Amino acid sequence: MRFYSTMKTALGALGRNVMRTLLTTLGIVIGVGAVITMMEIGNGTTIAIQRTMASIGANTLVIVPGAVSISGVNQGAGSKMTLTPQDADAIIKECPAVRNVAPIVRARTQIVYGNRNWVPTYVYGTTPSFLEVREWTDLDKGEAFNEHDVRNSSKVCLIGETIVSEMFGGQSPIGKEIRIRNVAFKVIGVLRKKGANVMGMDQDDIVLAPWTTIKYRVVASSLANANQSSTNTTSTVEVNTLNQIYPNIQQNLYYVATGSEQADGPQPIRFPNVDQILTAAVSGSQIPYAIEQITMLLRERHHLRATDVNDFNVRDMTEIAKAMSSTTELITKLLLCVAMISLVVGGVGIMNIMLVSVTERTREIGLRMAVGAEPGDILRQFLTEAVVLCLLGGTLGIVLGRGSSYIVSAVLHWPTAVSIGAIVAAVIVSASVGVIFGFYPAWKASRLDPIDALRYE
Amino acid sequence: MDLIELRDIHKTYYLGEVDLPVLKGVSLNIARGELVALMGASGSGKSTLMNILGCLDHPTSGEYCLDGHEITWLTAKERARLRNRIIGFVFQSFNLLPRTTALENVLMPLTYTKENLSEYQMKQRAAELLQKVGLADRMDHQPSQLSGGEQQRVAIARSLVNQPRLLLADEPTGNLDSRTSEELLQMFQQFNSADGITIILVTHDPGVAKHAQRVIHIKDGLIENGTDQFKQGGAA
Repeated sequence: MRFYSTMKTALGALGRNVMRTLLTTLGIVIGVGAVITMMEIGNGTTIAIQRTMASIGANTLVIVPGAVSISGVNQGAGSKMTLTPQDADAIIKECPAVRNVAPIVRARTQIVYGNRNWVPTYVYGTTPSFLEVREWTDLDKGEAFNEHDVRNSSKVCLIGETIVSEMFGGQSPIGKEIRIRNVAFKVIGVLRKKGANVMGMDQDDIVLAPWTTIKYRVVASSLANANQSSTNTTSTVEVNTLNQIYPNIQQNLYYVATGSEQADGPQPIRFPNVDQILTAAVSGSQIPYAIEQITMLLRERHHLRATDVNDFNVRDMTEIAKAMSSTTELITKLLLCVAMISLVVGGVGIMNIMLVSVTERTREIGLRMAVGAEPGDILRQFLTEAVVLCLLGGTLGIVLGRGSSYIVSAVLHWPTAVSIGAIVAAVIVSASVGVIFGFYPAWKASRLDPIDALRYE
Repeated sequence: MDLIELRDIHKTYYLGEVDLPVLKGVSLNIARGELVALMGASGSGKSTLMNILGCLDHPTSGEYCLDGHEITWLTAKERARLRNRIIGFVFQSFNLLPRTTALENVLMPLTYTKENLSEYQMKQRAAELLQKVGLADRMDHQPSQLSGGEQQRVAIARSLVNQPRLLLADEPTGNLDSRTSEELLQMFQQFNSADGITIILVTHDPGVAKHAQRVIHIKDGLIENGTDQFKQGGAA
């Protein structure tokens, strides 16, 4: 009842001068509108920045096998052969913080086209999801290989910009065949130019093919020379992979056990291993959870006891992730500053008009006091008016802010994202502005002497 | 016990270093149901006395007892409550809220009343009073659409809405022509005799004062000539 009548009185007083009410709220309308527009553009910008950062690899986690030491000689990271494509499948299935996963088989070898040859920095055998992990899905030309090609070990490949210029001298490589260690690969796509990575390595100097093809047709001997990058290509375990393609005319370059010999001896346990697994976390903030989930899963899959050390390593791009989070934080702080300034300006406008209103309505205040309004009643009435003004302004501001951010995204094609947080904050802040800046005028009104107020002209 | 009992009321204003005594020991009794005119030239302390009588101000010294309540040392909040329940005010310049209908103007004091009346009861009481002052068909008019006399009637209805014991009218006819004044004064007399409301008319116009049962003259902060001789038996 009390609240109802106070509210009614406040609305009545505001309704008596609609034009002034609207002009007064304008400060808050613009303030809140600006806050919401800025927040939404800022949100959009943050998302765009995160996407850009992700394409550098901020969300990327690399899983490499652990080190093996033979006779006390440590072979360095990646020398164990415990990561399997099945591990990759399990990670994507069982780790909710992981968005995508791609197993990688590496090779360092010569490629040949016509009378030219070249040794690419990266010859990667992988799955189509590699492009998604690296945010590289929009190709320059042609199309990517698919899961079907991976299952079939199709001899198809994607090549980077650098390879195109080195091997093809600028002409279109689509449909041409390059030979990777004597295996002919059909070029089906050209990757978009990505330039050097943060370490200065040319990321366009790359050949991508299905991992089954690289593993079984090109490398074929992953077991023997596990760490591809440290392997000498003239190693004695070099295998001509033609035997995979033409099994009937296979020539044995080394001794092969006969059927009975195989049956007598113990079977070596062998499974297809991969050189590393590339994963992408759902978002930057999920990276720690992704690492935890992957570690738990792989320990279980590799049958490690609690006392065993990991036979793999999960690495994240700490440096880039840090840069990303600090950039995002900076944008948020900047927007907060702008928001505060515009709301304070709006609040001062409200205070100004409320003071004018108190002066203008001195007689009314005197009358209300004469007929029995207590100072608290007067205080409450003017405070309610100020808060109603601010909430009204806040509501209009939300509409204005949403509208202008919609226009900005529609006309200027800036990225924007709806920010519920900003809307809630705007309402709370505009009500607080009403209380804070409405208090002084209301207090002043409540302290008036009814005798003087009634006599005021 | 009389409605109003003033005992040796002094009021002194302190203007910097100069003390300005306005009331210099006023003693006065007004019985329930009286219609009294308070007369005096400007500067005589008339307004100050009215402010004290209306609980808008408190005296520097002396005792004021209104309807059994000792007023002198009440806080602003307690005085506001008393004004709301016991006293009705009518002003020379009407003091209606602009751009607010007559009905809402009459309702206004009720919003500050602590007793719980329903919206409907409040409206009914206000409408009844407007009818009583002859404005039944003007309830939804705003002050700017009413004549001076009609505005003052709305103000009278407003002053009566909380069923006060005392009605204080400060130059109620000062802004009105003589015919309208006469109508209003008759209305005051009618409320006084029919409803037993004690009315104090503050005025400098002898024509107004002659409608009263008793005239109290104030001059230089003192009540002139033994006023009690005019006192008539109008006690309720």
